[in-house]
Amino acid sequence: MSFLAFANDPALRASRRAFLGKSGFVLSGAAVALLAGRDALAAKAGTSAEADVRILNTALGAELEAVAAYQVGAESGLLAKPALDLAVTFQGHHREHADVLAKTIARLGGRAVSAKAKYTFPVETLKSQADVLRFAAMLEKGAVSAYLGAVPVFGDRDLAKAAASILGDEAMHWAILRQAVGEAPVPSAFVA
Amino acid sequence: MARAALALAAVALAAIGAGAAAAQETANGEAIYSRCAACHALAYDRTGPRHCGLIGRRAGSLPGFDYSEAMKRSRLTWDAKTLDRFLADPMKAVPGTSMGYAGVKDSKERADLIAWLREAGSAASAECRNRPGR
Ligand code: HEC
Repeated sequence: MSFLAFANDPALRASRRAFLGKSGFVLSGAAVALLAGRDALAAKAGTSAEADVRILNTALGAELEAVAAYQVGAESGLLAKPALDLAVTFQGHHREHADVLAKTIARLGGRAVSAKAKYTFPVETLKSQADVLRFAAMLEKGAVSAYLGAVPVFGDRDLAKAAASILGDEAMHWAILRQAVGEAPVPSAFVA
Repeated sequence: MARAALALAAVALAAIGAGAAAAQETANGEAIYSRCAACHALAYDRTGPRHCGLIGRRAGSLPGFDYSEAMKRSRLTWDAKTLDRFLADPMKAVPGTSMGYAGVKDSKERADLIAWLREAGSAASAECRNRPGR
């Protein structure tokens, strides 16, 4: 949602511009350009915007891999309903994450990575529905950690917020997948 | 005689203790490695490069993996010291790296993680001997 707002909402940026115009804030040239929508300029001028694009692109790469992983799971013949429906729903979320990350990268003047022609998955270890769900849970847990590690390193706090929004979604996937294989859905009070 | 036996037993116990501590370290390390699982695997390249054979490898040197220029030019060789520095704050240790990740801030956690990477990522480990997908 917040990523969508960031990526798509010109009104939001226009209102910010108006706000910035009135207030006496001093922002770096790059930040002003970013907020005003002159994103390509921002990306060139600001090392921080460049770094943000790198972080977003790495996240995008991982999301595209997750989409492919769920595809392998869905086509494995090992998942029966309702687990199959979960996999398809979660895959859809990852696809949405990927779309909005790619749009945001473009808006910041970067070039979004595209999906690889081929991904490697440890398919020989996936022999049952539980194996597939555990593998998915492992990837989702990793995604939670990855976004947790991205939140504090974004230069732009709106991007940090957006990453946290995705983090919450991945954490729900992780909990549901744990539940589905009979593990405690929420193993601790904190994620790391 | 009895004293010698006692001393021997003490040495043996200490050795078992050290073994148990090392096992605990690598078990912790494996759990911490699950934080890397969105991007890395031991045996194959993903969003990040594979970790089999990491210790002793030049940073950014795996053929076929698309590293950042920053990583390729970092002139690092991965050992306990360089990994400790990189994993504490990747983007500060290698400015311009594409590993957009804040790092593992706890030094004990880093030590356990590196101990595990050394063991599980050694060429002789089970996962590294039969690499899938190739
Ligand atoms: C968001 C994805 C992501 C996460 C999470 C992540 N990495 Fe990485 N890692 C990468 C990418 C991408 C690279 C390549 C960096 C470059 O080329 O600048 C990399 C590179 C590395 C390298 C250098 C390898 C080489 O061949 O030179 C090491 C070591 C490493 N990561 C360890 C870890 C560990 C340990 C963790 C977990 C604590 C971790 N990474 C978490 C994406 C990630």
